Parts: sequence; C-alpha cells; structure tokens
Amino acid sequence: MNSVLGDKRAILILLGPALLFYTLIKLVPVMWSLGLTFFTGNPLRGFQFSGVDNFVRFFNDQQALQALGFTIRYSITVTVGQIVLGYLLALMYVFVLRNQASWVRTIVFFATILPTVAVGLLFKSLFAFGQQDGPVNAGIEVLGGTGIDWFSTGAGTFAVAVIMELWRSMGFFAVLLYAGLLDIPEETLESARLEGATGFKLVRYIVLPLSLPVLLSSVIFSFNSSLKVFDTLLALNNGGPGTETTPLTLLMYRTVFQYGDYGYGSTIALVLTILCFLVTLFIFRSARRDNTKVG
Amino acid sequence: MTTATLDAPAATRRQRRFNAKHILRKTPVRILIAVLVLVQLYPIFWLIMGSFKTQNEFFAKPTWALPESFSFDNYVAAWTTGNLATNVVNSILVTIPSLFLMILLGVAAAYALEVMVWRGRNTVLLLFVAGIMIPGQMILVPLFTAYFRTGLTNSLWPLIITYTVMGLPLTVFLMAAYFRAIPREIFEAATLDGSGMVKSFFYIGIPMMRNAIITLALVQFFSVWNDLLIALTFTTKKQLQTVQVGLLSFSDEYGSTQYGPLFAAISLNIIAMGIIYLFLNKQIMSGLAAGATKG
Repeated sequence: MNSVLGDKRAILILLGPALLFYTLIKLVPVMWSLGLTFFTGNPLRGFQFSGVDNFVRFFNDQQALQALGFTIRYSITVTVGQIVLGYLLALMYVFVLRNQASWVRTIVFFATILPTVAVGLLFKSLFAFGQQDGPVNAGIEVLGGTGIDWFSTGAGTFAVAVIMELWRSMGFFAVLLYAGLLDIPEETLESARLEGATGFKLVRYIVLPLSLPVLLSSVIFSFNSSLKVFDTLLALNNGGPGTETTPLTLLMYRTVFQYGDYGYGSTIALVLTILCFLVTLFIFRSARRDNTKVG
Repeated sequence: MTTATLDAPAATRRQRRFNAKHILRKTPVRILIAVLVLVQLYPIFWLIMGSFKTQNEFFAKPTWALPESFSFDNYVAAWTTGNLATNVVNSILVTIPSLFLMILLGVAAAYALEVMVWRGRNTVLLLFVAGIMIPGQMILVPLFTAYFRTGLTNSLWPLIITYTVMGLPLTVFLMAAYFRAIPREIFEAATLDGSGMVKSFFYIGIPMMRNAIITLALVQFFSVWNDLLIALTFTTKKQLQTVQVGLLSFSDEYGSTQYGPLFAAISLNIIAMGIIYLFLNKQIMSGLAAGATKG
C-alpha cells in the first residue's frame, strides 16, 4: 500500500513540473535579487561589486526615506480604516440587518473585484478640479465651499488614495470579518445576554474578544497588501505631486526601469520584503503576548 | 473544511433575535443602508453616464448632468482607435493559459504533497507557502533580464509563465488544505483496484476537487486579469499590452482632452466585471475570503 502512496515516479510526474517552474521562476530570481543587492549597475553598463553600499545609500537617500515613510503611513492608515470600517459593517450585517443583509453585502463587496487601474482612473476623475470638476468638488461647491485641488498636494493625494482604497476594499473586509462573527457560538451570546450584556457591552466584552483570531489574520492580510500598493497610486497621480505619494514599489520600479540601477532597485525590493516579514512577525508576536495575558 | 461559508441559517437565526430590539431603530438603519449603497454605486453610475457624453457636454454641463443622448461613439472610439480590442484579446490570451497551467501544476503538486506519503513533503510544502509573502518586486529584475536574453519579450510568454508561478503558492496551499480533508482511504481503495497514483489523480483527485478548483480559478482570475505590475514590466510593445496596461497608457495618450473614450474604456472594464459578478457573486465572495484568511 505505502509503496503505491509513495511511488517515486508518480511523485516526480505530479510534483516535478510545479517544483521546476517554481524553482526557476521564483526561488532562483529571489536569490538572484539578493545577490544583486551587493552590486550596482545594469546589464548594459555592467555590474560593479559595491558591498553594502546600496544599503548605506538607502538610508541616506532622501527619496527612498520619503517612499519608506509614505508606504508605512499609507499602510497603517489603510489597515486601520479597512479593519474598523470592515468590522463595523460586519457587525451591522450580523446584528442589525435582516433580509437586506445579503444584497447589501453583495453590493458593497462588488468594488473589490474591479481592476485597480480602472478604480484609480475613476477616482482621479471623481476628485478632479478646475476645468473639468468632478462630482466631489462640484458637491463641495454646491454646499457653499470652495473646490479643493486634491492632486496638487501630497496630503490631498494621500487622502484620495486612502478614501479610494477603503471604498474598494471595505466590502471585502466586511465579508471576511462577517464570516468570523458567524463562527461565534449562539450559546455564548445567549448566556452573555442572560448575564445582562447587551448592545455595546456585548460587542466590547464578548464579540470583540471572540473575533480576535479573524481580526488578526485580517490585519496581517491588510498590511501585507497595502505595503505592496502600486497600481492605484500610479493610476491616481503617478506617485506625485513630485514624488510625494511614491511608495517603495513604485520607487523600485523607477530605479530599475527608468534609472537603470538594478542593484539599488533590488535593495529597495528587499527592504519591502523585510518590512512585510517584520510586520507579520510583529503582529503574530504581540497577539501571542495578548493571549497569554488573557489566559 | 474551513472555507468561509456565507450561508444564511445561522445568520437569520441571530438576526431574528435581534430584530425585536432594533425594530424601533429601523429608520436610521434604512438611511444608513441607502447612504452605503449610494456611496458604493454612485461613482460607477456617474462613470457610465460620463461614457455617453460628448466632449462639449463634459465642459459645458455640470458634472452630474445626465448625457443628452445615449450614443455609443465613445465606446467605438475606445474599442478601435483606443486599442482596447487588442488589449482585451491579449488579456484573454494571457489569462486562460495562465489559469490552466497554474491550476494543473498546483493541484497536482498539492496532491503529491498531501495525499502521497514520502519524506520531506512538509518541507517542500513550506517552500511553496513561503512564496505567498514574497512581493513580486523581488523577482522582477532577474526575470526581466532572463526573458530579455532568451528573446521571450516579443511574446506573451513572459506574462503566462510569471502569472503561473506567482499563482502557485496560494494554489498549492489551498488545494493541500482541501486534499487534507479527504480521507486517504479513498485513494488507498483505488490503489487496491490496481490504479496508479497518477491515474487516481486524474480520475478521483480532480473530479472530487471540482468545486474547490472552480473557486480557486475565480480567485486567480481576478489577480491575473487585474494585475498591472507584471504586465507593465514584461510588455515592451504596444501590440502586447494587456487591458490594465492599455488603460493606464490610454489616459496618457488622450491626456486631459478626450474624456468620453477614456470613460468608455473604464466603463467597459467595470461592466465586464459586473456581468461576471452578477452570476458568480456567491462563489467570488466566499472564494476571495477563503484565499485571504488562509493566505
């Protein structure tokens, strides 16, 4: 029996192609990129070994630090927004809505599957200013305010980028957290209610602690995807004005394909990768500490 | 099975109990729902209305005005002179082979890693799963060099190969989890009947996984179809651009002058997704949620 389940030839046929592709197209390039971080140059000019110069350069490079700062600010803002809005929506789906829940969920979720480039261009038009006012500025003017030139400042672009991302993804996080809320046993809620916990108290002391696991994986997922933001900011304002809303991903792309510095570009990619790992690790560790505190 | 299920029974039971308490608050809830739906749908409605407007209407009329006539001129312009037709063909030519390869290789690998018994399978599974966290930027530079040197950059192959491999970690990870839920006895019984493991994979493994495969294909469809980074990096020629790359350069070419065709192009993108969503929203919602919590 076990000889058939462990048939070497079958394993090779079934696993071989996937492993080969994965090694050639993923593992080798990752190693190659790691190696490139110690070099400067590109295939046309040739590569020079530069030791850790790329890393020293990164932490003295005004543009790189700006991109790092922007990525972290953006990621934190978006994650907090996604989790808070998503959780409020999920609570609303479970505790407030009845038959409407299903179609409201479906409508709010829709934006999640839209191409990010399309959404970026749509929001660029929605918040447009001047000759071709978008509905947002037109609305502000109708209410007696003066239109805002959102894309002329870093702060304005940042605000639109965050609003856009929340518009796009809050329905997704709502569904994710909703599924977690449904897993809470009805008996637990029932006994809490008998103890007199209702409304806000019920959510704060019973529902919230019980949905911590799903909240945790949502936070990790949210951070990991917002740290890698690329399409939307490129489509929205091309990383501008200037480089004010350029995330690490876009800076890496430009360093490689516009300035032709493969080594430094790979260094930026590595910083991004390390950032993703650190954030995930940090959230895991702090979550474990919390659990021991409760236990 | 730990798939996020969105089935109603548990929800309705819970909602009914809460209903009596919240019946007095029905009006604010209705307003909240109306605002929510409006926020989610008005931008799309505005976009589609804009896609029918002439250039004059864009400048002369207020931004929320409805179009004077529903002419499809903008759509024709976007489809033909805007190159959208070519882009759509390219996207289809890339997406279908990528999905097919990714799922065939990934499911086979998951089967070899989870159903079959051999030393080291957990290590290999871990190797695949680790790939989920690594950002695409880490493989971009070496792959660009490799594709360029092998002369593949004049075809759509770089996209197909890269998407296939980038989708493998999640595919292997999710499918391994699904295979784990199937009793191994089923496959053992097949071997008693003289079926080899490769044969069992095609005759038992794939048919049993049909629903999981469809869900997975949906999830991966959106990540491939909506991708910008890979498509932007590896398409050097205009004739090879996918929909997302075309959309991004669309706005560049027409600049701030031709709103109609741009709006039509974005609308087509969003409407196409809307049609898919209309039929498959249940599977899409549960599939994407499962992909996120497990990844």
